[in-house]
Amino acid sequence: MDRPRKDERPDYKTWKDIPLTPVCNFTTIKGNPTGGWRTFRPIVDMDKCIKCGICWQDCPDAAIVWEEDHPVWLYSHCKGCGICARECPSDAIEMELEVKI
Amino acid sequence: MAGKKLPLPEEELMDPGHVGCLGCGGCHAMRYTLKATGPRTIISIPACCWAVMPGVYPNTCFNIPHINTAFEVTAASISGIRAALDARGIEDITVLGWAGDGGTADIGIQALSGMVERGTKAMYIMYDNEAYMNTGIQRSSSTPIGAWTTTTQVGKVRDYKRAPKKNMVEIMVAHGIPYTATANIAWPKDLIAKVKKAMAVDGPSFIHIFAPCPTGWRYPPDRTLEIARMATHAKIFPLYEVENGVYTVKKFKKEASISEYMMMQGRFRHLTQEEIGSISESVVRWYDKLLKFELMTQEE
Repeated sequence: MDRPRKDERPDYKTWKDIPLTPVCNFTTIKGNPTGGWRTFRPIVDMDKCIKCGICWQDCPDAAIVWEEDHPVWLYSHCKGCGICARECPSDAIEMELEVKI
Repeated sequence: MAGKKLPLPEEELMDPGHVGCLGCGGCHAMRYTLKATGPRTIISIPACCWAVMPGVYPNTCFNIPHINTAFEVTAASISGIRAALDARGIEDITVLGWAGDGGTADIGIQALSGMVERGTKAMYIMYDNEAYMNTGIQRSSSTPIGAWTTTTQVGKVRDYKRAPKKNMVEIMVAHGIPYTATANIAWPKDLIAKVKKAMAVDGPSFIHIFAPCPTGWRYPPDRTLEIARMATHAKIFPLYEVENGVYTVKKFKKEASISEYMMMQGRFRHLTQEEIGSISESVVRWYDKLLKFELMTQEE
């Protein structure tokens, strides 16, 4: 592509002359299902759960959402690291091997 | 949310779907930091794990504006963002520079030093996974003494890292920075309080966050928070803050042994008990020094 001639180029004197340009849009990456990485699936026993919110706090993927008064795992995004199961104060979470299809 | 109160602010500015490793400590650090800063934040990230993890353009896992910069210019870019905001008269935005230990302690140190010296009102966070993890576990100046990395190999010849870890917080204190602190992902409330304090400072602020890396440190991913907690309990990573030269050290009743902390990680597996002994001596010496600093500066 030919460069525009000098007299055809826009003449910006200060930053105020530069037109508004989008630098970032907010398309979220939620559509990237990282759940396929998982080897172990966290299963919660709701009878043992004391609803302290520690699993929600300690999830590195933000894949645990708090609904009303209990945690819900987003299995589409949970990578199965097992931090929730290890940190749970009442041992309500078990890591189970994903079943082969 | 109804019913019981959650331990942290509920707002989620980091979406799931990012491509961080299983049990990544850097993800905890980012999630808690964004919970503290809120949506009125601009973040600048150089080459580091977090340059890759948000996803491929045009996707991002952040719900805040996000700039990817070159490795050495994080602090220069946040100085520029602050100057632009000042020119437009916008005051309520937090400008956050977010770099790994390589981008801070090795490559980005001159830009950071310049920013702190100029007194730009911006926050700089170094999340410390103690090597260049993104490119494949190469040694950085923040790698602790004795550690295995792919450039300090241990095989027939034991060529582990001989030099001690660079102390970035002390370098910042030497600049006369108004606020600097160390934080650990195992204490999220403390981390959030420190970030909020740094936001309120009228000038530069620096926070060093300890973020274990399961891939590079060679431990199972579910132990991230356990190892982070142990590092502080063993005094390897003491939690302290320095406000205008006054030290405040967070003290813990619980103690952990340094050799236990090191033996949990594959990167220290080759060390002998004598080598661990000499490392623990230097750890204890530094912690005692820190307590003396606290005593000295609190009295003034």
